[in-house]
Amino acid sequence: MSLSKDLKNFPAYAPPPEGHVSHSRLERVLRAGKFAVTSELNPPDSADPADVFEAARPLAEIADAINATDASGANCHMSSIGISALLTRAGYSTVYQISCRDRNRIAIQGDVLGAAAMGVSNVLCLTGDGVGAGDQPGAKPVFDFDSVSLLRTIRTMRDEGVFLSGRKITRPPHLFLGAAENPCIPPYEWRPERLAKKVEAGAEFIQTNYIYDLPLFERFMARVRDLGLDKKVFILAGVGPLASARAARWMRSNVPGIHVPDALIDRLEKAPDQGAEGKRICVEIIQQIREIAGVSGVHVMAYRREHLVSEIIAESGVLAGRSPRRTRS
Amino acid sequence: MYRIRLFAIRHSRTFEVAYQLLERTMVALDPLFSRIGYSRVEKPVALVERGFKSLLFDCKMCGQCVLSSTGMSCPMNCPKELRNGPCGGVRPGGFCEVKPEMKCVWSLAWDGASRMKHGDKIGVVLPPVERNLQGSSSWLRVSREKAAALREARSARKAALAKSFPEARKIEPAAVPLAPERDEKEPGS
Repeated sequence: MSLSKDLKNFPAYAPPPEGHVSHSRLERVLRAGKFAVTSELNPPDSADPADVFEAARPLAEIADAINATDASGANCHMSSIGISALLTRAGYSTVYQISCRDRNRIAIQGDVLGAAAMGVSNVLCLTGDGVGAGDQPGAKPVFDFDSVSLLRTIRTMRDEGVFLSGRKITRPPHLFLGAAENPCIPPYEWRPERLAKKVEAGAEFIQTNYIYDLPLFERFMARVRDLGLDKKVFILAGVGPLASARAARWMRSNVPGIHVPDALIDRLEKAPDQGAEGKRICVEIIQQIREIAGVSGVHVMAYRREHLVSEIIAESGVLAGRSPRRTRS
Repeated sequence: MYRIRLFAIRHSRTFEVAYQLLERTMVALDPLFSRIGYSRVEKPVALVERGFKSLLFDCKMCGQCVLSSTGMSCPMNCPKELRNGPCGGVRPGGFCEVKPEMKCVWSLAWDGASRMKHGDKIGVVLPPVERNLQGSSSWLRVSREKAAALREARSARKAALAKSFPEARKIEPAAVPLAPERDEKEPGS
């Protein structure tokens, strides 16, 4: 088979549009000043691509990009690079999540090139939850990079065209670089400073962990604006529907980095239909977040409630008639 | 020891000054170390360094000490060995995600840094740890590199001066001194 036949299903490797770092649809939407929506896919415990497309379907209607988690909570599922590659080939826009927990610098830099070659154009750099949180607590934690040094490394690969060793990359990857932030957990006063460090390292967009405590998030954003960070990075606030008061309490004590205020749990508890109330709360939070200066979008994480995402976004009205459909990259 | 480590972070300003003094002493000792041979002093110095820093900071001898940029809170005590700030899993009250009985190393680092004169160094992005330096003395590495940089700066200035006034140097060498006294201190001072 000839090379051109091999390459027939791959988009041309062209330079990104003027003023952009990648071909990412998410980058395009954000730079155009539109309120962006991203959402997290529940990765299958299966080797069947049909399960990936099934999981992506409810999110594709409303999401400018779909995040493929990298063994979140240290639980083993289909890999982020596999999901990102499958979905990207099928025309969905994806965010390839890289956690520093499971792979060292040699593996990660290689995967970054592999993902870019498959057409992936958004990367989210994460530290990763400790192995103790997951289903295989005896695993060896790697943490060769941290999220910040990872960001700087991928930026160097993209902008300087070299590996961390200085060895040349003949075709550097075009990637829109993202990082996470968690405004609602300690040390509160240093979280904005940490965000500044991530921006300094190369972050171009931020997806936060769940925001259930709006006053806390508003305080964080006020400091972010004081530091001028909202002008340097696109911030997408993390949201998600709570299934019930019991589920909220469980999440709070078992999933690292989740803060749910007691008042919210009380409200859920008193509601006749806790699921519907959780959804209503989520819509309200999105609408309130929309009004906060410096926020560029929302990131919806609805674990096992993906079927609700489309309705939540429609009810919140944040897309303002825009319809993110399937497009390349 | 955890309690001594907390003490050191509470007194980060004092330790910052002590560290500056130590660094100056080590740089001054460079000619001696060079004569004996750095490879020969490596083991005894690393031993002393390990003793002191294990006691005070629960040092893990990563070989690339960054204590003065992290509020005197050693980042290698973070179970994820993060070098650039806390992770997103810090528990209420500022406790560690992985070791809930321990305060988050990076919460403490930022507190320590806020008491230090050059605490803003905590904002500088640090590279990943070079694991092949594990166990080596970072005191020696720092002083050796600093002494080398000083020497280089000095010889560069000497050369520049001599190059600008080649005839003068030829007929009257004292008029184009190769080593001005003030260069014996830090560059720029």
